[in-house]
Amino acid sequence: MKGYLRADGRKGIRNITVVCYLVECAHHVARKIVDGCQDENVHLIGFPGCYPNDYALKQLSQLIRHPNVGAVVLLSLGCEGFNREALAAAAREAGKPTDTIVIQQAGGTKTSIEKGIATVKQLQTQMDIQLVPMSVDELIIGTICGGSDGTSGITANPAVGHCFDRLLAQDATCIFEETGELIGCEQIMAERAVSVELGVEIEKAVHKAEDYYTQLGYGSFAPGNAEGGLTTQEEKSMGAYSKSGHSQISGLIKPGDIPPKGGLYLMDVVPDGGPKFGFPNISDNAEIVEMIASGAHIILFTTGRGSVVGSAISPVIKICANPETYARMPDDMDVNAGRVLSGESTVEEVGLEIYQQLLAVAVGAKTKSEELGHQEFILTYKQFEPIGPSCLPFR
Amino acid sequence: MSVEIAHFIQLHPQDNVVVCCTDTAQGYVVALNGEQFQLTHAIEVGHKVASQFIHKGQKIIKYGVAIGSATQDIAVGEHVHLTNLKSDYIASHTRLGVNSSNKD
Repeated sequence: MKGYLRADGRKGIRNITVVCYLVECAHHVARKIVDGCQDENVHLIGFPGCYPNDYALKQLSQLIRHPNVGAVVLLSLGCEGFNREALAAAAREAGKPTDTIVIQQAGGTKTSIEKGIATVKQLQTQMDIQLVPMSVDELIIGTICGGSDGTSGITANPAVGHCFDRLLAQDATCIFEETGELIGCEQIMAERAVSVELGVEIEKAVHKAEDYYTQLGYGSFAPGNAEGGLTTQEEKSMGAYSKSGHSQISGLIKPGDIPPKGGLYLMDVVPDGGPKFGFPNISDNAEIVEMIASGAHIILFTTGRGSVVGSAISPVIKICANPETYARMPDDMDVNAGRVLSGESTVEEVGLEIYQQLLAVAVGAKTKSEELGHQEFILTYKQFEPIGPSCLPFR
Repeated sequence: MSVEIAHFIQLHPQDNVVVCCTDTAQGYVVALNGEQFQLTHAIEVGHKVASQFIHKGQKIIKYGVAIGSATQDIAVGEHVHLTNLKSDYIASHTRLGVNSSNKD
């Protein structure tokens, strides 16, 4: 395996130029720049709000510093509240070729688009293109489930858990998340923590999620979950939990925190301070973005009902839990885990297949969602307190 | 007349529900752990049926843990879902609203 060596020592498996809008008012211009580049390695990211938000600044700062990112173009309207200077400074400090286009200063839509396309091409000539040897222990892998059904917890999710155990045995870094989808699992999860204090933090994080969702009046449970045979939040949780495998849990992080060393980390995605800006994550891609902001090179996405999404910046490998769904949507699925149900394969065999696909994607093979041009991205308002000292016992 | 055997799995020895592995018509027979029972309805893949009589208020056990409580008595072979099982934590919602098909 080889990776693009970045100035901060991290290594990337893709060399993406991101065009990042800093308010919805700059979204159209940013999208036209990406379209005009006609380059699959130029991706669109951004934040729609005009009010400043520390969480959004942290996420975008970590995303533009991500090792899969080679160059950065920021698109500002000019009057929005986003701290564009701080973001540009973060990119420069990380050694990324960077430029900011302010639409109000550049002369409006047309000239900003022209300038943006030229800027992308010019920055791409300054990107790191040196590939250096990279090993499994330098990879950060995230996992998410979306469109779960009654098959997810039997096939795809435990297979990802098996893949995680295999990665962790080689000192890779693995992230699992959505504490709202772990309600009911907090005690068994806490027992896997490397320290008693971390176990307490994990239980607190899940209780926070339960309080938060109870106040909202909705669990993290979509109508399709019920159509696919899942009835309750805790049933969905038990299935989701199996993605984490059987290894020890090394730490608890929040979105945008980079795990300090190899190991298994739980990401606490539920905001602190109660519901202020609405649902914790309004859709699957909001969770994917947070794991990428925490450094994930690749996302393992399990689905029963059949998700089609990919992501900007990092490839998404889709593992289909349900054999009926796989038969309907094979072009969107990288791995058919549903064959566990028919007895054709074991969970361990599917786990090995996921691991092998992951290594292939790390050296450049395209995932189905990459081939189809999926580059979804969403970032909205949230509020977090920093993690406490017990969350990373072996920092 | 031959018996049509359905493909279901029990995920944990303590479970009182079993999970459907392939879309199955009503009347098929589930044979697990030396016992047999007939499906009272057609069942889709991923859905679950009671493998023993479950009293109202009793915990539904899957993966060896409680996934909620029965809201009514459930017969062997009956579909276990929103009409007879509710969360002990947070109500489930459908496109019609929170807990819409789950009223007592």
